[in-house]
Amino acid sequence: MGPFDRAVEQHGVTVLRVCRALLPPADADDAWSETFLAALVAWPGLPPGTNAEAWLVTVARRKALDVLRGQARRALPVETLPEPPAPRPFDEVLARDDELREAVRGLPHRQRVAVVGHHLAGLSHREVAEATGVSHDAARRAASDGVAALRTALVPPPPALASDPPPALPPAPRRRRPGGPS
Amino acid sequence: MTDPTPAEQVDLAVLRARLAAGAADAGVLDVAWSTLDSPVGRLLLAATEVGLVRVAFEVEGHDAVLDRLATTVSPRVLRAPARLDAAARQLDEYFAGRRRAFDLPLDRRLSRAFQLAVLEHLPEIPYGRTASYAAVAAAAGSPRAVRAVGTACATNPLPLVVPCHRVVRSDGTAGRYRGGPEAKALLIDLEATP
Repeated sequence: MGPFDRAVEQHGVTVLRVCRALLPPADADDAWSETFLAALVAWPGLPPGTNAEAWLVTVARRKALDVLRGQARRALPVETLPEPPAPRPFDEVLARDDELREAVRGLPHRQRVAVVGHHLAGLSHREVAEATGVSHDAARRAASDGVAALRTALVPPPPALASDPPPALPPAPRRRRPGGPS
Repeated sequence: MTDPTPAEQVDLAVLRARLAAGAADAGVLDVAWSTLDSPVGRLLLAATEVGLVRVAFEVEGHDAVLDRLATTVSPRVLRAPARLDAAARQLDEYFAGRRRAFDLPLDRRLSRAFQLAVLEHLPEIPYGRTASYAAVAAAAGSPRAVRAVGTACATNPLPLVVPCHRVVRSDGTAGRYRGGPEAKALLIDLEATP
């Protein structure tokens, strides 16, 4: 294998996006760190020709699932509020991206996990169900209710903006499939 | 894959620094590296847990050097300047004319037997002086191995710190150097300046 550094350089942002799609910011950063530390340990033994990006994304999903499982087990009676997103620079694209992230985080816990796990991380409903300790049907229902809630929450930009030159919008959430071009 | 946004770049820089520290703590940072700007161009410094293992000039191609370190030492390679702090500081002092000898733990694993025997004699050449390849061959106990001494010096994995730049041809010309002839001449001049 080549220098591990190069894998961090090339795939660090992909792994960060996977972690952030799945988890709130502080947890996402921890999952990123754990992913790359685990990958560094395993790196010399990786079979030559391994697709490093696909492998890292798999490790990241597992780390994120571990965190989600831990949260499901804790079964807090009151939902803790997700952390507010960090202040971002004035950038229109980032603003739209944050809007989506905030809407996802605003979903009830069960819907959020189902939407993120199924639609953003590419897990099956059964995998989401196993990770969160609910039935297969409940996971499917939560994902579909979550998507419906997001559609309602993400209203299009007000007409005042629409008359301006159109800003470059980030890809819609359902197109952000891990493994594919994003 | 789209490029990182400016905000992501900042976050990734922080995360990478944290990863380097975590890897060192966990004992899985086999090769730490950093760069240093110097009068002979940007230098790559690399260290194992044992000590400084490689100093490389820009003309060698830093990417190529890291590739070889991954193959010959370990692919667990991360940019982690903390482990190179002492080496960078001493090199800065050297280039400023404030240091005449280096006091750093060295990892000699990239040198084989004969090269090691040759390089271990080089710190005996005082700062500001030069010795001929023939003289070094004699000191290493192989007076007829002048060409081999030339090769050993020209492929020194720890140039500057192990002063192969002080070994010159018997006719007084500089001879081969990993950093190129201009770098070698610059170092001999630097040390000749009182």
